Amino acid sequence: MANPRDYLYTKDHEWVRVIDGTARIGITEYAQNELGDVVFVELPAPELIVEEGEGFAVVESVKAVSDIYAPVSGTVKAVNEALEDSPELVNESPFDEGWIAELEINDESQLKDLMTADEYDALLEEV
Amino acid sequence: MNFHGWEMPVHYTSLVEEHLCVREKAGLFDLSHMGELRLSGDTALATLDRLISNDPSKLEPGQVLYSPLMNERGGIVDDLVIYREGDGFFAVVNAANVEKDERWIRDHLLPGTTLENISADTALLAIQGPEAETIVNTAFACDHGSLGNFRYWDYVWNGIRVRISRTGYTGEDGFEIYVSAGAVQTVWNMLLKEGQPHGMQPIGLGARDTLRLEARLPLYGQDIDESTTPLEAGLSFAVAWDTEFLGKAVLTKQREEGLGRRLAGFILQERGIARSGCTILDGQGSPIGTVTSGSMSPSLQKGIGLGYIQRPWNKAGTEVYVQVRNRQLKALTHKGRFVQGKK
Repeated sequence: MANPRDYLYTKDHEWVRVIDGTARIGITEYAQNELGDVVFVELPAPELIVEEGEGFAVVESVKAVSDIYAPVSGTVKAVNEALEDSPELVNESPFDEGWIAELEINDESQLKDLMTADEYDALLEEV
Repeated sequence: MNFHGWEMPVHYTSLVEEHLCVREKAGLFDLSHMGELRLSGDTALATLDRLISNDPSKLEPGQVLYSPLMNERGGIVDDLVIYREGDGFFAVVNAANVEKDERWIRDHLLPGTTLENISADTALLAIQGPEAETIVNTAFACDHGSLGNFRYWDYVWNGIRVRISRTGYTGEDGFEIYVSAGAVQTVWNMLLKEGQPHGMQPIGLGARDTLRLEARLPLYGQDIDESTTPLEAGLSFAVAWDTEFLGKAVLTKQREEGLGRRLAGFILQERGIARSGCTILDGQGSPIGTVTSGSMSPSLQKGIGLGYIQRPWNKAGTEVYVQVRNRQLKALTHKGRFVQGKK
């Protein structure tokens, strides 16, 4: 599964899709594959204020627990409630139906620190 | 993944898929990392009898016995699967403990007992699952229907010496197969080929752990260790009170005074997964125990686990709470296996 070209990425294998000042966040194909079968997602509370780099959600596979870090600072405006009953969406559709949460972005300049798809592809070449 | 120096796959395909494949059809495991020690000589029985809590004296050639290996404090040095041979005993030990066990047994050898570490030359495969018997029957052209639980046969298949026992670590019917390290590749490939028509898959370490947890089988280093006794761990079935063994005095005292804590199973009543090290709380939020193993159960689709819980909260059906990050998840203690095998 190719990394979508219009998304931004972190070195921790989260993706960000920016739509009108909102950052939709999930984990990448590479991340879901490394984690294996996702069986539980701990979603953040609505209106939670998070700082860039702060753990704000948790994805658990059978074998591992993985913190999801906020790629940018912001306020939680939506969470993917479908994951409560179907956490496996993170495996099946990491870039689309398996999204985790949406943040209202505080400071758009933080987006410049994220990787483009080309840069993220290059990172994956190295691992 | 590097597991005590062995390169081993955590999973071949998906952990859950592999897990369910063993429950529904069959799985093939490479367990060659396990250690094997052999005790022989006129006093081998007496040496072993003193070191293990179970009774090896009634074991006949062809029979297999599970037992804790004991220290003088009543703690568990390791848990062993012991095969009675014509002139001695063949003990299967945990990979991480091979050197420790060898040293411990050597320090307690009676004159006339010989100890050999044959781990490097011995490979171990397992076939587990409801289809296991059909597969091994075809694979080795031999009917294993009359091979009972905790019994083994030695035979030669295509010039290869095979030891096959009806034992396992998954809660399903199945077999463990010992061959020389030199022959294991041939046997693995043959079993994989014979098993495929029956839906058998190779299974990694990850599913091995969830399978044994659903069957409520303790894992050494997690649920049992040198600081836990067989009574606390719920292994009293493997304590022969009419034999003398290291640490028996401690166990006798625990039996007389009652246990302060006991290994208990629990099933989470809400979403989430308890992990090893999580604190177990009573309804008032006071700590009453610690989780030693925890996972999502692929069969039940619920969080399950084992932990040492203080009396009386260890009693089955008690409502307890597990602290997972900033949440306290409600759980009910559970007696026995979480999942029953198909056969």
